Amino acid sequence: MLQVVGLEKAEELFSSIPAELLLRAPLKTPAALSEIELLAGFEQTAARNAAARRPSFLGAGAYSHYSPTVVDHLIQRSEFFTAYTPYQPEISQGTLQAIFEFQTLVCQLTGMEVANASMYDGSTALAEAVLMAERVTRRQKVVVSNSVHPEYLEVVNTYVQHAGIELVRLDYDQTTGQTTPDALSSLDDKTAALVIQSPNFFGCTEDVRALAERAHAVGALLVVTVTEAASFGLLRAPGTLGADIVVAEGQSFGIPLSFGGPYLGLFATRDKYARQIPGRLVGEAVDKQGRRGFVLTLATREQHIRREKATSNICTNEGLIALAATVYLETMGPRGLQEVAMQCAQKAAYAARRIKELAGFTLPYSGPRFNEFVVRAPAEAAPLLASLARERNITGGLALSRYYTDRPNDFLVCVTEVNSRAEIDALVEGLSELSR
Amino acid sequence: MDSTNITKVTTHPTQNEALIFERSQPGRIGYRLPALDVEETPIDELLPKDFRRDDELEGMPEVSEVDVIRHFTRISTWNYSIDLGLYPLGSCTMKYNSRLNEKVARIPGHANLHPLATEEDAQGALQVIYELQQHLSEITGLAGVSLQPAAGAHGEMTGVMLIRAFIDARDGEGASARRRTMLIPDSAHGTNPASANLSGFTVKTIRSTSEGLTDLDHLRELCAHGDIAGLMLTNPNTVGIFERNIKEICSIVHEAGGLVYMDGANMNALVGVARPGDMGVDVIHLNLHKTFSTPHGGGGPGCGPCCCTEELEPFLPLPRIVKEDDKYRLDFNRPQSIGRVKAFFGNFGMMLRALSYIQTHGPDGLREATEAAVLNARYIAEGLKADYDKPFDAPPMHEVVFTDKRQSRKGVHTLDIAKRLIDYGFHPMTIYFPLIVQGAMLIEPTESVGRQELDQFVAAMRSIAREATENPELVLNAPHTTRIGRLDEAAAARKPVLRWKPKETASAA
Repeated sequence: MLQVVGLEKAEELFSSIPAELLLRAPLKTPAALSEIELLAGFEQTAARNAAARRPSFLGAGAYSHYSPTVVDHLIQRSEFFTAYTPYQPEISQGTLQAIFEFQTLVCQLTGMEVANASMYDGSTALAEAVLMAERVTRRQKVVVSNSVHPEYLEVVNTYVQHAGIELVRLDYDQTTGQTTPDALSSLDDKTAALVIQSPNFFGCTEDVRALAERAHAVGALLVVTVTEAASFGLLRAPGTLGADIVVAEGQSFGIPLSFGGPYLGLFATRDKYARQIPGRLVGEAVDKQGRRGFVLTLATREQHIRREKATSNICTNEGLIALAATVYLETMGPRGLQEVAMQCAQKAAYAARRIKELAGFTLPYSGPRFNEFVVRAPAEAAPLLASLARERNITGGLALSRYYTDRPNDFLVCVTEVNSRAEIDALVEGLSELSR
Repeated sequence: MDSTNITKVTTHPTQNEALIFERSQPGRIGYRLPALDVEETPIDELLPKDFRRDDELEGMPEVSEVDVIRHFTRISTWNYSIDLGLYPLGSCTMKYNSRLNEKVARIPGHANLHPLATEEDAQGALQVIYELQQHLSEITGLAGVSLQPAAGAHGEMTGVMLIRAFIDARDGEGASARRRTMLIPDSAHGTNPASANLSGFTVKTIRSTSEGLTDLDHLRELCAHGDIAGLMLTNPNTVGIFERNIKEICSIVHEAGGLVYMDGANMNALVGVARPGDMGVDVIHLNLHKTFSTPHGGGGPGCGPCCCTEELEPFLPLPRIVKEDDKYRLDFNRPQSIGRVKAFFGNFGMMLRALSYIQTHGPDGLREATEAAVLNARYIAEGLKADYDKPFDAPPMHEVVFTDKRQSRKGVHTLDIAKRLIDYGFHPMTIYFPLIVQGAMLIEPTESVGRQELDQFVAAMRSIAREATENPELVLNAPHTTRIGRLDEAAAARKPVLRWKPKETASAA
């Protein structure tokens, strides 16, 4: 082949690169490994992830749920996972139809009218929602509840720092753990959006309807974030309660924890804002013979056409993860989603009741829960959880001192359908005995 | 239709399949959960009625497991994929996705690890991240690496924010307020200006020369105003040519007080051969889903690491993953950081795959892959130059651009050629990009294709060139072999239908 292109040596392929820039020695990356050696190495690093092997009550934005076997099987089909973005619709109908189904499912879950083909994750979806609220309202102030996931707040902060948007933080009620409509004095006619999370970071479900009314009264949008998408199976859809933009982390829909990614940002809004939505959209179309097909549409919002005036810079999103969620949702169906949600809520209620009975332990918030709740321990939470891991082989939850240095005794417990009663009982017993 | 020249494919029946909502049957289920094993709390004690759904999730599909399997298997066959053959999308680097990497990402100790596990409980994952950072630093010649960005555009945004933070720190917040111009060549990816805009920069466009290179005179002129924050440059650029003046370009920008951002989309032409850090580049993003073979998945997930010089390192997103003695640690104490760009640590599953790619290849293998990718593009360039207009003389790196100049005289345009290529069993190349080349066809074969299939591709393209002269209608109406023909995209955008609705609701609306 070299001869065909008129060269003698491979080095000549790079003759357009100035000689002084060419590497003279091989890269100092590790020597090539065989399959056997490589797998052994990754098994070794995996073995150092002690938390992956324990019964766990960690949630806080990433959740352990049952994923039907068909989910991982189907996303490993070559036709899906080795395809590119569906720019050539005639030979990408599989991907396009799956995205169209995904968009429909997201609308059904959130109670919204239009959903995009996915964002990177829940946190970046929220940041994009804030930017969109500014575009829609042309107002620059955004009021954000402190009960939103702290890492989401950090991401929003990064995204808006150069967008001329002022973020105003809002405290939540220390008794209920909810954002109360009475505390909304910072909402005014300069406010683009009120941003809440429900269930919020502390596991309390917000009164979305009341908050929507307050936001709408000043002409602001209500942006609702959901980090635990399994809650859609039980909680009223935010869209039916007045939300204008709903964003969510879709990891609960059959996606492995994988140390934080790849996950799946869900983004849904009202029809009237469809042309302001960030990211890709798939729409129905027909060919000359009138046959139905699907295409990427409303591309004039996007960076490859609109460049610096695009609604977002996003290009690659989470295609295959959106497919996994689609397979999950279609396999579980409405009954499965309701059953998962109900089991989460019931098991969390059981765990909360048992922990509350323990001497010295309290549950500081009274707001209605889904599957997470804050526990206040009689001693510092981080060492307590560490000894629970060491001595009982249970990851008991998240010490909130990771985010809030003034809350040393608090930890967040999450219970899902994969936690058996025996695990919950072992957690309760461990907390009781190790805190003495 | 004349098919005597088509060697790669033959037509065969394809299964029809409706939307899943249209094949839903009330009462069907495809899952089974264990029975609830705790005492039930009355539902009203769990949650007030007004907080609970009352729509029974109506409209969501009710299907069995085998329904789901058939549904997705049928629609999957309507896709072209790398595993079927050459997927020559320019600037997209559609290379083989090793199954070994998939296996690595699914090792339970990695796949089941919660991102908020304590440092002690996640040493293996932190080690993976740390080691990949080290390797990417070696490959790019840049000291600082953050793996947090989730895709190329996200890495760009991060990189541009680093530039802004660096300039603000260097010049003082007020003094730097006038440095708000980001220079971007007219041949750049659309994500570049969009990312610059997100970071509060004003975009100015630099012209390209007739050789397909950045116009140095225009660059000097734009740099003379004293308001330059930086330059965003793709190298090799989007016409597949190495910017041989890169060192001079970097020094012009640096002398004007700006920084150089390199779009790493085309790193597959450089790995093991040359390093952006040695060229004077300050910050670059990589696409692990291009150069490092993690699957594209029909549009993601990606991973867009941001690599930068030591000077810019303090500004990288939080947290940093560092090594102290034998322990890996999260470092949150970086007061100059631009902040977090994503919850948790990035697309860890993609990092596992990319690390596996680097470890399977070794240094020699990485370089050989680059050589093969460039040689394959050269081979296509050679094979097509007699039939298609090649707008730039310079020998291409890993991708080559042609145009429809000759064919358009017969009314056959790039879009038609692309669609006709589908009948020959190939995925089309990138079309109408870069924007500076009229009727552009940007072809990137990657290293994952052998001579036999390259010959088939060249033969297909030459055959289409003949058809464009002898039987243009055949090309204009292509594709002829797919389930559906060209879709009316204009109508779809005019009256968008973006979700399925049940029939009665649709007519009521």
